Amino acid sequence: MELYQELTKDVRFVEGLNSCMNCGVCTAICPAAEFYDYDPRIIASIVQSKDEKRIEELLKSETIWYCGECMSCKTRCPRGNTTGLIIMALRSLSQDLGYFTESEKGRQQLAIKRVVGENIVYRGYCVLPENLVPELHPEQGPVGEWIYENKEAVYERVGANYNGEGEGALRKIPQESLDEIYRIFELTGGFERFDKIEYFSKKKAKGMGFIDPEEVYPDYVNHIYSTNNGKHSRQ
Amino acid sequence: MKAEGKIRVWQDYQKEIADDHYFYVRSCIRQNFFPGSEQTFLKILRTELGKDIYENPHHTTCSGIGYHSDVVPFDTIQTIVARQFALMTEAGYKNLAASCITSFGIYNEIIETWKEFPSELEKVRNFLKSATGREFEVPQNVAHASDIVYKFRDDIAARKKFSLINQHTGEPLKIVEHIGCHYSKMFPSKGVGGAEFPHVLVGMIESWGGEVIDYPERRHCCGFGFRQYLVMSNRGYSVSNSRKKFESMEPYIPDAILCNCPGCPMFLDRWQYVIEEMEGKTFGENGAGIPVLTYEEMAGLVLGYDPWDLGLQMHQTNVEPLLNKIGIQYNPELKYAGKDGKMIGKPMMVGCGW
Repeated sequence: MELYQELTKDVRFVEGLNSCMNCGVCTAICPAAEFYDYDPRIIASIVQSKDEKRIEELLKSETIWYCGECMSCKTRCPRGNTTGLIIMALRSLSQDLGYFTESEKGRQQLAIKRVVGENIVYRGYCVLPENLVPELHPEQGPVGEWIYENKEAVYERVGANYNGEGEGALRKIPQESLDEIYRIFELTGGFERFDKIEYFSKKKAKGMGFIDPEEVYPDYVNHIYSTNNGKHSRQ
Repeated sequence: MKAEGKIRVWQDYQKEIADDHYFYVRSCIRQNFFPGSEQTFLKILRTELGKDIYENPHHTTCSGIGYHSDVVPFDTIQTIVARQFALMTEAGYKNLAASCITSFGIYNEIIETWKEFPSELEKVRNFLKSATGREFEVPQNVAHASDIVYKFRDDIAARKKFSLINQHTGEPLKIVEHIGCHYSKMFPSKGVGGAEFPHVLVGMIESWGGEVIDYPERRHCCGFGFRQYLVMSNRGYSVSNSRKKFESMEPYIPDAILCNCPGCPMFLDRWQYVIEEMEGKTFGENGAGIPVLTYEEMAGLVLGYDPWDLGLQMHQTNVEPLLNKIGIQYNPELKYAGKDGKMIGKPMMVGCGW
């Protein structure tokens, strides 16, 4: 498989890479470049080189997972490139090929799939109040904890319709609508993406010594959710 | 530059915002953190302004957070978005009003993709038909909810009970604004004022009596970064970017931060608490935090709505300093009361350093 050719099948890649002149304006504006050891200019430069070996290294690297997809690069590039879109195409290909499990940051995709991905399909939301468990979200503070522990009463007070029928914030999405979302995932490759994330992640979990006869690997999920080797940030 | 030249240049930064008859699509993040804001938006449009805005309970997430954390493929999100458009079409609406900035960016990205790559549109029409039997028209007008409040800012001002004036000094309140990145950084022509001069919140602040404070990192991202917040071990990215903004705005002693994005007000609110817990550092007046509001919360205060109806009790950083400056009367005893007036309990601690 020619990796560059694969990337060109993604319309976001076609839109994202015109002709990079390596000016570095994207790096200057990039929030990720300020925090992580990350340089979007180099991403554009590597894919533009069509160097298969370097593109493969990129697909297996920590680097492609540092972008926050804020798309600040889109506004500034004098040549109309969008490194954020190139990143999205690289991440998709990395997951298709299973390369994402080669990096600490890439391995986190399983945790995101298990929460956000499954919320979308089975509840019709990306995020739910039940996800905001105080131990996993200490940044939500005492007010967040108060909301979590009194969900029904707090949401009712401010006019939401938490898990209720009909319209309103946090309403229960009707089953027939969730069935439609399910069929959309079946037809459009959504479940194929999920299955690949699960397949390659379980293979990696086994390789890293995690054991679970039921093959759910909750310890691996906890590990990838909370582990930081401390080598990612700009020093 | 001559005045007519300025007007001509400024025309490049205008966008068309539909006047009435909106199909409303909610935000996942706002439903969790600011449901009172969505409620207030609908109340203002329906009750104050007499507009027609319709919500179909069958609409779902656009899947945008999944898309921007790369677990949802492009074909999948395009088809989910097409389903939202189908619900709009079936209900007889042509104007989409999005509560969410991430969704707003996605709707624009997908519509622009369909213009550039018509084969994508045909593919998505087939996917949607096969999966759901539905067909759709592309919206004639896509507005973010803040665009709509901006459009009617002077109508709101005409009904105001309070102005953004410090009652103690008589001076305009000093407000810093923060625009969600996906509002106009991807498609500048889709936002009021473009990416360089976003005017959507400025217009509201000035119309309601406040003063906009410029600060160096005004356009910097709040640090959500999707996967950079969703995964616990990445959150240093998120708090660091918010901190950069706080440090930049601190010298101007702002009375409040105003946001138009779902995640930004939550992050700018919660990270102030975290930084105070970690380092004892606060960025507001007198050792307090800076209150962070959504534009609907601000509009609601101006219109004289009860702060607890707006959901201001869901903020970690205290809003009372701002309420006191505006001169809003509120009952602190009812801050943590439920719909029936009985106490729901109380957070262990509210505020950051105050």
